[in-house]
Amino acid sequence: MVKKVVSGNYAAAYAAKHARVEVVAAYPITPQTSIIEKIAEFIANGESDIQYVPVESEHSAMAACIGASATGARAFTATSAQGLALMHEMLHWASGARLPIVMVDVNRAMAPPWSVWDDQTDSLAQRDTGWMQFYAENNQEVYDGVLMAFKVAEHKDVQLPAMIIESAFILSHTYAIVDMPPQEEIDEFLPPRKPLYTLTDFDNPIAVGALATPADYYEFRYKIAKAMEKAKEVIKEVGKEFGERFGRDYSQMIELYKTEDADIVFMGMGSLMGTVKEAVDVLRREGYKVGAAKVRWFRPFPSEELYELAKNVQGIAVLDRNFSFGQEGILFNEAKGVLYNTDAKPIMKDYIVGIGGRDFTVEDVKKIANDMLKIVESGKLDEEVDWFHLKR
Amino acid sequence: MIEIRFHGRGGQGAVTAANILAEAAFSEGKYVQAFPFFGVERRGAPVTAFTRIDEKPIRIKTQIYEPDVVVVLDPSLLESVDVTAGLKEDGIVVVNTEKSKEEVLASLKKKPKKLALVDATSIALEVLGLPITNTSILGAVAKATGVVKIDSVEGAIKETFSGELGEKNAKAARKAFEDTVVYEI
Amino acid sequence: MKNTLFGEKLEEAKPIVFKKVEEYPELPISLGTTLVNKTGDWRTFMPVINEEKCVKCYICWKFCPEPSIYIKPDGYPAVDYDFCKGCGICANECPTKAIEMIREEK
Repeated sequence: MVKKVVSGNYAAAYAAKHARVEVVAAYPITPQTSIIEKIAEFIANGESDIQYVPVESEHSAMAACIGASATGARAFTATSAQGLALMHEMLHWASGARLPIVMVDVNRAMAPPWSVWDDQTDSLAQRDTGWMQFYAENNQEVYDGVLMAFKVAEHKDVQLPAMIIESAFILSHTYAIVDMPPQEEIDEFLPPRKPLYTLTDFDNPIAVGALATPADYYEFRYKIAKAMEKAKEVIKEVGKEFGERFGRDYSQMIELYKTEDADIVFMGMGSLMGTVKEAVDVLRREGYKVGAAKVRWFRPFPSEELYELAKNVQGIAVLDRNFSFGQEGILFNEAKGVLYNTDAKPIMKDYIVGIGGRDFTVEDVKKIANDMLKIVESGKLDEEVDWFHLKR
Repeated sequence: MIEIRFHGRGGQGAVTAANILAEAAFSEGKYVQAFPFFGVERRGAPVTAFTRIDEKPIRIKTQIYEPDVVVVLDPSLLESVDVTAGLKEDGIVVVNTEKSKEEVLASLKKKPKKLALVDATSIALEVLGLPITNTSILGAVAKATGVVKIDSVEGAIKETFSGELGEKNAKAARKAFEDTVVYEI
Repeated sequence: MKNTLFGEKLEEAKPIVFKKVEEYPELPISLGTTLVNKTGDWRTFMPVINEEKCVKCYICWKFCPEPSIYIKPDGYPAVDYDFCKGCGICANECPTKAIEMIREEK
């Protein structure tokens, strides 16, 4: 094991190198740029033989990754916010053609007004593209996430692309300790890709992206739906194997922290959950029975794990660093939907926090705990959606 | 947990200083986190950077509001920025300056428990030939706070800058460590 | 008229029909073969090559969008009438006017 003090972006770049990625096509955008700069540096130093394809836009970056992946290569890219939005069409293409591309998205708020700070709406807006989504809490999870994502994405029963998501600046530009296993051990964990079909198998020529009439399109959509469902099992298997090999277990799609006897659980995704865990410890010392549930994988959505958690708690405070205009926070919306046809009916409230990089602190979590406790005791939900930081 | 805030100007290397300090503490087996203020930096504009050092893994992902230590890389910032904002009661301030203790204290809004002064600009000019003070100031931080050993600072500098550049910067840090005067206030 | 462009492959070609979801390939690739789709019956006019005028420049072969012009062992181009849609591009491009479009009796 080598431990290094690196930024979240460098952790992503090291992971791409250690995953023996063969093709990278990317376009720079703050705060993602240092990922691909680091990869370019690896290539310039002769440390890596990745084929780097400079392109003129994110749309082309994904197009190049799709081409590379269709030939059987392991392809990687990274982007943020507007760049991800520009890729949107090609994201459908990657999943529709069942290509296991891995991308790091550095969560950044969508403009206007211009912002370069953390916000999950960019990645959550890609919810329905058929990409798996993993939200990292810290730099270590960025690194581990990329390695695991390739293994899950390339699994014969999955064959779908995956997005590893990290917070702008809070992870991307923050230096912290990252434990990197030796290359030989990573190679054992992640052997070379075995594609089902490739464009370069000239004895068995194929056409990728053929036309499907109404008689056939439906079945191909169903196959993606089943592959996503199957991915849940594969994610748990791969997460368990990762834990056995490298000591960090990812067999749960929702990481539970001190929820066993908790009355109230804070549920959210990404870097803010580190602060929430810290706050849970503070609140526990003050006698509050609270816990944290970190949703690691948003797609596929861990419905079964959420149900198991929800049936034993009185209240869930959902922390959404995102918003779906005309509705509510996206994680809140999903979680409520999952529980509707079950017997688990905790009181749920949606707290809109940290949007556009607004700092979310331990004090904030304590305020939310007090609010939620009042709601649970009285059984009365004052409002479903709370724009928590709003200057009033 | 010890929280340190660096004040500098864009291009002076405050962010690098925060990272090197984290590297140095990491080399002593500590858990670390280093990050810039999440802003839009421009050369010459006031910037801040932060380091957290702890005995246990650091999970918190917020900015630093109540630092234990404040480090000022550019003496002109004392006039324009409230560098002691949120400083803890027993806090330490490290300043790169040619001024006297009394003059510096007069420009601080809040009195620290300890004040460490060093003319890092002169040291940098003498040793490096450039007025870049981020490595020399770390020598002063090591002396004033004891959060890291000067040997670890030198090691981390050599990790960051290779060859002669590393040697020179390490020498600047060592010289600053020796020259820094620490006052109990 | 006997097809000589695709040979045995044409005889083996069968329309691909998926009756159950399990029969589909995992990826949406090569859903069917166009060999079973004999577009020759779309024609109204058929191209006929006059080998006496033909200079084997192969411009017709290059331009055929289907493509349903092939080159015989003797070097002369020929039309695969199973697939030729009768668009007339070959006749239009032929520099020696060796290809004539003739109304087809069906």
